[in-house]
Amino acid sequence: MLAYTARRIVYVVPIVISVALVCFLLVHITPGDPLVAVLPADASQELAAQLRAAYGFDRPLPVQFGLWLLRALHGDLGNSIATGRPVLAEVMRAVGNTVTLAIAAAIIGFTMGILLGLIAGYFRETWVDKVATSFAIAGVSVPHYWLGMLLVIIFSVQLNWLPAVGAGPSGSNSWAWDWAHLKYLVLPAITTSVIPMGIVTRTVRALTGDILSQDFVEALRAKGLRETGVFRHVIKNAAPTALAVMGLQLGYMLGGSILIETVFSWPGSGFLLNSAIFQRDLPLLQGTILILALFFVFLNLLVDIAQAAIDPRIKRG
Amino acid sequence: MLIKNKKTRAALIALLALGSAAAWPRVVVAETVLRIGMTAADIPRTLGQPDQGFEGNRFTGLTMYDALTSWDLSSADKPSVVIPGLATEWKVDDADKTKWTFKLRPGVTFHDGSPFNADAVVWNVEKVLKQDAPQFDASQVGVTASRMPTLASARKIDDMTVELTTKEPDSFLPINLTNLFMASPAKWQAFYDKAEGADAKAKSQAAWTAFAKDASGTGPWKMASFTPRERLELVKNASYWDKARVPKIDKMVLLPMPEANARTAALLSGQVDWVEAPAPDALPELKQRGFKLYANEQPHVWPWQFSRVEGSPWNDIRVRKAANLCVDREGLKDGLLAGLMVPASGTFEPGHPWRGKPSFEIKYDKAAAQKLMQEAGYGPNKKLTVKTQTSASGSGQMQPLPMNEYLQQALAECYFDVKLDVIEWNTLFTNWRRGAKDPSANGSHATNVTYAAMDPFFALVRFLQSGMAPPVSNNWGFINNPKFDELVKKARQTFDPAARDAALAELHAASVDDAAFLYVAHDVGPRAMSPKVTGVVQPKSWFIDFSPVSIAQ
Repeated sequence: MLAYTARRIVYVVPIVISVALVCFLLVHITPGDPLVAVLPADASQELAAQLRAAYGFDRPLPVQFGLWLLRALHGDLGNSIATGRPVLAEVMRAVGNTVTLAIAAAIIGFTMGILLGLIAGYFRETWVDKVATSFAIAGVSVPHYWLGMLLVIIFSVQLNWLPAVGAGPSGSNSWAWDWAHLKYLVLPAITTSVIPMGIVTRTVRALTGDILSQDFVEALRAKGLRETGVFRHVIKNAAPTALAVMGLQLGYMLGGSILIETVFSWPGSGFLLNSAIFQRDLPLLQGTILILALFFVFLNLLVDIAQAAIDPRIKRG
Repeated sequence: MLIKNKKTRAALIALLALGSAAAWPRVVVAETVLRIGMTAADIPRTLGQPDQGFEGNRFTGLTMYDALTSWDLSSADKPSVVIPGLATEWKVDDADKTKWTFKLRPGVTFHDGSPFNADAVVWNVEKVLKQDAPQFDASQVGVTASRMPTLASARKIDDMTVELTTKEPDSFLPINLTNLFMASPAKWQAFYDKAEGADAKAKSQAAWTAFAKDASGTGPWKMASFTPRERLELVKNASYWDKARVPKIDKMVLLPMPEANARTAALLSGQVDWVEAPAPDALPELKQRGFKLYANEQPHVWPWQFSRVEGSPWNDIRVRKAANLCVDREGLKDGLLAGLMVPASGTFEPGHPWRGKPSFEIKYDKAAAQKLMQEAGYGPNKKLTVKTQTSASGSGQMQPLPMNEYLQQALAECYFDVKLDVIEWNTLFTNWRRGAKDPSANGSHATNVTYAAMDPFFALVRFLQSGMAPPVSNNWGFINNPKFDELVKKARQTFDPAARDAALAELHAASVDDAAFLYVAHDVGPRAMSPKVTGVVQPKSWFIDFSPVSIAQ
């Protein structure tokens, strides 16, 4: 197991370097000036050259990449061009907000998805199944931002029950799990939860239906086991696949959503990416993409190692 | 029981009086708070030189800071003009027109209590101009130096007098200085002394980072708390030097909300009291629900800037004039933009001191436009193909695609065949500087980048003077008109304000007579607010004074 783990970690190194290279190049090969946020178009050539040198953009690309990677390895992703603040602190703060949103959305989406999936699978081909499946289809089909705006119009503008935007009340500088803060989370979390809810519903429905049609279920019933007991076996058999799907969905949610976070002005990684793109803030854009990409790489690594630890048969070369 | 002792009786009466006073219901005066949804995606920088264009100046510049000169924002009817700020008077040296003397306002202190004086002015000039000064900050240079391109240095004469030097005689300096905000050197120094860093540069950066979180200027608002990308809270500066401009509201909360629908929803749900640029399609609902809408002509132009390089169809003045006469701007205003524009008949409209008296009247006259085009050799069977580079969005660009499609249809009636080259906003902005001859223009005959017209350099000089052609500045189309050059020189070297304004008016009139641009619209800076908000004066400016605003709680 140790050798397998070490091998997997070694495999990650070229992936990380490739990810870093792609992040670096992606923003450099696009047209436009990286200093557009701080350098008005009227700036003199002298001023432009001075600022380009101050930010290191006058050096050859490989040198810029090497220096950037070296600093990144020491935890320094540079400073945002637009705000002057350290990129790492900006990204970590935003990621924290996205994680909060993802956790809330996961709780709502997975709970609803499992419940609807189990009900639909158990009552397959009945009207109950059709209703639950309709929810699932709507969940994966409805555009996020449209649903977000609809919820805002109903619950904020018309009913005035919940705030439309933001991540906390005035005067609060950090997140807290109290109602004053939670009420800001409700609408974005529901909006974020609909896709995982739909996907989990469909997965659990298919698994439940499949397991219920297998011979061992008949055998359990023939042995006189009650339906609740049978159901426990169904859940046990469906759990590994369902958990894998939920893990993947959680990964997507942790990446943040530009659309949802922008609609709700939720200061997460999606909102930050939007700002970085809009302001053409190169260091911030690179840093945010890099951290999110690394997050996925390491999440996959953990999943691989965990899977191998649970079931040695799936160790891969 | 009768209390005979006078002292005891007096003591008892006093005690009773105190007791009853304590039992009176307390009159609690609630703190008044104004919450504003900005269009910015982040709080503009707070360290004295804001980013995010004039929205930055509006919210984190003119609130917490003052400059030597200021804008008069007290009238909704008259164009905003420059007035004394932290300088009470200024004059150019009679013998050497590159030297200016500024008399400073006495008795002004920064929010930290340190005095504002000549040393502070020199320190603030050097923060953006003197590379070896400890407080020099490259990140503040870009948003400052280009707005005062001729400023060279500052020198203290005495505590309340400072001398500024320009690289060449430049009468625009007092106008440009509205952009140089005075931060507190004492506060910065305190952060610098505490900062950790490998060298002076690192310490300086750390000091500016700390300063941005706990800023100190001389403005009518003081920083109370700052959460990056979430909110900035400002409280009133009760001891502001201009007693007439001490804010009426206790606290102002600034919230970044880049999405127009989100801003509008936040206003409708009562989460904020004031939003910048509400979603245009929500205006009827906002009005119907009693929200107030404010809009006024801004010093802003939405144009097509023509290429004047060899072979450009716009080199024929008849074609330029025809395009200007072929656009029904009132139709654009009332239809597509729901009233949120002012038709442009030049860079400045009548009433502005720099308007002048152009003889060419820019208006909608299709017949005259068609006649001019026919004289130039075009007609229904021989259309003139012109290509314009634009973007799908962008700061100040209003609604670029629908507006350009409107122009496309309008100009088609005057024998133009308009092709649009739509590119990403930042790329368009970068290409602006590269000019019409650059491959990045992609063969376009015009570019559609909006511009601010607050000062003469931004409004006129950078586009009309031949020396401002790329790569120097924004004369994208390589206009080379000796008359413009001569008038620019005259305006720049005329130091009497009234005579300078007259020279600028002459330059502007010449540019309109030459149909230098296709002038289409001025933005109106729409904002919507709760009926609880009163005392708002929306001037003809990018800026607004929050001091007279009140809010009912």
